[in-house]
Amino acid sequence: MAEFSAEVFQNEFLPDGGTDVHAIVTVNCAGAGQAGQSGGEVGEIVIVDTSGSMGKDKIQAARVAAAAAIDQVLDGTWFAVISGNDQARLAFPPSPEPTMLRMDPSVRAAAKQAVAQFYSDGGTAMGTWLILAARVFAAVPTLTQKHAILLTDGENQHETPEQLTANIDAVRGMFQADCRGVGVDWVVEEVRRIATALLGTVDIIPSAAEMESEFATMMQQAMSRGVAEAQLRVWAPQGAQVLFVRQVAPTVEDLTSRRQEVNALTGAYPTGAWGDESRDYHVAVRLAAKGIGQEQLAARVQLAVADQVVAQGLVKAMWSNDDALTTRISPEVAHYTGQTELAQAIQEGLAAKASGDSATATTRLGRAVQLAAETGNEEATSRLRKVVEIDDPATGTVRLRRSVEKLDEMALDTASTKTTRVKK
Amino acid sequence: MDVPVTESELEAAALVCPSCQASVTTGEQFCEACGASLGAEPPAAAEPPAAAEPVAAGEACASCGGRYAADGYCENCGARKPNPRDHFTEQPASWVAGVCDKGIRHARNEDAMALAADDVPGSRVVLVVCDGVTSAIDSDIASLAAARAARDVLGVSRAQGLGIESSRLSAMTARLNAAADAANDAVTAATPADVAGNPPSCTFVAAVAEGTLLLAGSVGDSRAYWLPDDGQPLMLTTDDSFAAEQIAAGVPRHEAEHGPQAHAITRWLGVDGPEHTPRSTSIEITGAGWLLACSDGLWNYCSEPTDIADLVRRTAADHGGDPLATAEALVAFANDQGGQDNITAALARFDTPTTNEKGAD
Repeated sequence: MAEFSAEVFQNEFLPDGGTDVHAIVTVNCAGAGQAGQSGGEVGEIVIVDTSGSMGKDKIQAARVAAAAAIDQVLDGTWFAVISGNDQARLAFPPSPEPTMLRMDPSVRAAAKQAVAQFYSDGGTAMGTWLILAARVFAAVPTLTQKHAILLTDGENQHETPEQLTANIDAVRGMFQADCRGVGVDWVVEEVRRIATALLGTVDIIPSAAEMESEFATMMQQAMSRGVAEAQLRVWAPQGAQVLFVRQVAPTVEDLTSRRQEVNALTGAYPTGAWGDESRDYHVAVRLAAKGIGQEQLAARVQLAVADQVVAQGLVKAMWSNDDALTTRISPEVAHYTGQTELAQAIQEGLAAKASGDSATATTRLGRAVQLAAETGNEEATSRLRKVVEIDDPATGTVRLRRSVEKLDEMALDTASTKTTRVKK
Repeated sequence: MDVPVTESELEAAALVCPSCQASVTTGEQFCEACGASLGAEPPAAAEPPAAAEPVAAGEACASCGGRYAADGYCENCGARKPNPRDHFTEQPASWVAGVCDKGIRHARNEDAMALAADDVPGSRVVLVVCDGVTSAIDSDIASLAAARAARDVLGVSRAQGLGIESSRLSAMTARLNAAADAANDAVTAATPADVAGNPPSCTFVAAVAEGTLLLAGSVGDSRAYWLPDDGQPLMLTTDDSFAAEQIAAGVPRHEAEHGPQAHAITRWLGVDGPEHTPRSTSIEITGAGWLLACSDGLWNYCSEPTDIADLVRRTAADHGGDPLATAEALVAFANDQGGQDNITAALARFDTPTTNEKGAD
């Protein structure tokens, strides 16, 4: 049985007239067990780009990688494979209609045979892959946990951005998807939109040779999520305003707009499946100011599984006229505020660079260097170093490098939302 | 709230509060001067004091009429369910009342009081105030247990001795000492068997008046004052504190009481406390006045007997001489000054004895 706990980090003291309360809430899950353990049925789909650009080497690597993922799927898991180019095709099970099969040794052997037949041809329309995946999952109505792995290698050329958006919106909330791009010919922004909408991760696989281990790892992680679905719930008192709700670790995701109303004072934010892990959330609430010495609850931050609250953290507000108390900034809040701005600075800097606006790119990436140094995010610093020459990290003085490997730039982009934890 | 300290600790105390640079002692959870946290929060298990009523979910919120959730806050407006331990009053008789309050800066009320009195004004009264030591996690429980145990000893027994003045006094002094023993036993009983580091501890002050004989004694730096309507106000107790030692050595009171170790006490009740026989003083009440027992949360803002006498007289006049309203107003005064510490004020009103020469007010 999974056990959740919540811990709150904040400075609850507000100055006279102060209204905004910030807190970092760490939610921890232990004893999650394997996918499907809690009684529900689990579905997994492997979606592989089989467009012409996959060529000879990458399609061969994709066959091997898909087989490696199949090896990690637990027996009893409902399974399917989709091959996608400018349209989507159910590669396994062999069926004209959307369907899935329960994994067992013979299904595993058949699935591996099917992926060995991948061949590269045609264009890329990822939205159609997502639509087919939703239909395939829908073929097994008893599924409570639905997850896909999506691999692409190229730009979404055979679909307009509007069509992709419409298709993403059509499948939002229906399943989770971890997305990977292989090589340097895909567009981070496109794939990130898919991953964000489907509560999954986005990352780059630099070379075809690394696909096999990456696929195995992704499927292994999916199979270790024993809690099918959990919601983050945020209660704020009457008259208060929830300024934002963000996941800040392991990655930055703004959840604010995903609010679903539980009741007038409580919003629920879907968080997908959980394994044994810990995630940090930054919650900001605006209250009506109270008098010095007064105390009130600013937020109840809860995790709910199957509509049952399984963990709760209390975010408090206490008004004080003691500057020593009210001016302290919670190190956790400061750290993640910096990390969130870091992600934003990297993405804006790279976007400006791509559009030829060197001045903005230099300023934003300089700010990113400064924030990475301040928050001790050494990985971000070393990725930034491949894109800019760092003259002074303290002031964020940088120069854009004349020649930058596309791969390094994309790696910086995909990793921009990855955060480091507060050093304790 | 005070800091027990031994001589060696005093010399070794080089630690300072990271927020305000005031001296602090090893093991304190909060800075005595500014209330800043000095390290690990006390474990959550220590949160509901034994004396506090458990939070009853579903009870109506005093602020908005919503309901309190099991977590102790209103489901609607988020107001905290008042903890009865944070502010409580006692009025055993019309002429005796006390108020014990958390103050503003501290998270918990570790002050405690217990009062007893006969109905007839000026007849017989017991005021006990204990101030829990900040550095121990269960001091709020220990201080209340101690105050009540002492009050029970002083309130129940009426040993009159042989009836002559000197034997009445020695009988009362013996009871006062027994009350301090009972209070110390109560603190010991409130100490967890597996306590490590800082066992619960508290100060002790008791004032007992029977007719015109008034006896007061203390351990630590909680105080009793006799504040006559006319005549010289008296501090009846002597603090067991580093500040008091400095004052005795000639340092001016204000300077000593605001110095770096002003709140360091040299005696206290608790399993790690030194000898705890109260240092006592007795006087004969000859006119109308107020008997006040209080914690440093009040006297910090008004230490000199003449100053506190002025404050009490003025405050009482503003409240028609009502002891409860006056005690509430004294607590409000301390909170207005910043409420740096828990505050306790217990009062007994003595009108002019029988002869009525001066006329009661």
